[in-house]
Amino acid sequence: MEERDFLSLVIVAWPALQKGVLLTLGLAAVVVAITLVLGVTTAVVMVYAGRWTRGVLRLYVDFIRGVPALAIIFSIYYLLPFAGLQLREFDSAAVALAVFFTAHVTEVARGALESVARGQEDAAKAVGLWFMQRLAYVVFPQAMRRFLPPWMNVVVEIIKGTALVSLLGIVDLMLATQQVVGRTFEAMLFYGVAVAIYVLINATLSNLSRMLERRFAYLDR
Amino acid sequence: MSYDFNFTFIWNNFDVVLMGLVNSLRLAALSIPIAMALGLLLALIYVDGHRIGRGLVAGYVEVVRNAPLLLWVYLVFYGVPQATGLRYDREVSFVATLSCYGAAYLVEVFRSGLESVPRGQIDAGYAIGMTSPQVLLHVRLPTMFRIILPALSNSCISLFKDTSIAMVLGIPELAFTAQWINTSTFRVVEAWMVIVPLYLVTTYAIIFALRRLERRFKVA
Repeated sequence: MEERDFLSLVIVAWPALQKGVLLTLGLAAVVVAITLVLGVTTAVVMVYAGRWTRGVLRLYVDFIRGVPALAIIFSIYYLLPFAGLQLREFDSAAVALAVFFTAHVTEVARGALESVARGQEDAAKAVGLWFMQRLAYVVFPQAMRRFLPPWMNVVVEIIKGTALVSLLGIVDLMLATQQVVGRTFEAMLFYGVAVAIYVLINATLSNLSRMLERRFAYLDR
Repeated sequence: MSYDFNFTFIWNNFDVVLMGLVNSLRLAALSIPIAMALGLLLALIYVDGHRIGRGLVAGYVEVVRNAPLLLWVYLVFYGVPQATGLRYDREVSFVATLSCYGAAYLVEVFRSGLESVPRGQIDAGYAIGMTSPQVLLHVRLPTMFRIILPALSNSCISLFKDTSIAMVLGIPELAFTAQWINTSTFRVVEAWMVIVPLYLVTTYAIIFALRRLERRFKVA
């Protein structure tokens, strides 16, 4: 009897939760895309640029890594209007998350780029490839296997990180769940459902990453 | 757009802000040892235990690490008392949550550490007549700690930063004081302009201290 009650509660709440899931996934997708482009670019600049540029980027990465995600996200969110940016809530949240997670993607990408043996770069130069060709045909393909597994971890962190936007009043899966709990007073049930949804999404991704690791494992032998 | 920065309220209430920092450090100091103990226990079950124990630990790590800490904080504080009838205050709730969350990350750290203790050292321990617990205490754990120290300090730093989530339960730690300044004065930008540097300085002070510790115990 009780179980059926729980089931019907979940069915009634599902449309609200589904909207939340879609917002969480949409926001995460935007942030993953932005941070991938910015993070890889920043890492390339860090590895190949001169000392000063490198120093400035190092400062940015170390700054972000020294402050809780929550503090960075709140700060950026409230500071954006001072930078003359009047964005929609969703966009502000995406920018704030991107500023935070770009630093993490940068570190992962930098590690991957530096793992490519120096001789590879020299050989590419010797056969007359110019910079972009060296990156595209020699460095990136080899850096890829060092990049993908830790990057997938960052993607999982991004999906988890989007839960913080609930504190800014954006109705993601986290806030949608809280609203449902507020209506039904079924805290354990619905927080449990939310855990199940997050775990389902993220476990799928981490298993994908493990598969990729195995796929690339032969290269280490 | 013109805006006059006003830090008067923050300077006048700087003792509250510093108390917030102390509370953040206290939450971390309470959670980190519990997380380490639990993480080590789970790692030992994973490495030495039966297949069933191994599966349970793997399941725990998979579930705990894949949902946001914020959600776990709500689940433990609002959900668990409802389901079990247990009653506890918000600080106990948060420390328990952060400890269990941190343990799920530390299991991996300890596990990789335990697995990288050279087999020869363990055999040598048995060869001189040590029992299993003695080998664990005198051979495996000391070696493991030296190997994992850098990863362990990274986890400690993450856990310190994660104490900011305690804000949502109204625990007066550092991030909460920023919210408090905001609701008292609407000076939200000024609040974060003071709180963020405080976090930054504290995190790097912890990093600096841990790096010294790492150098001290460095594996030759």
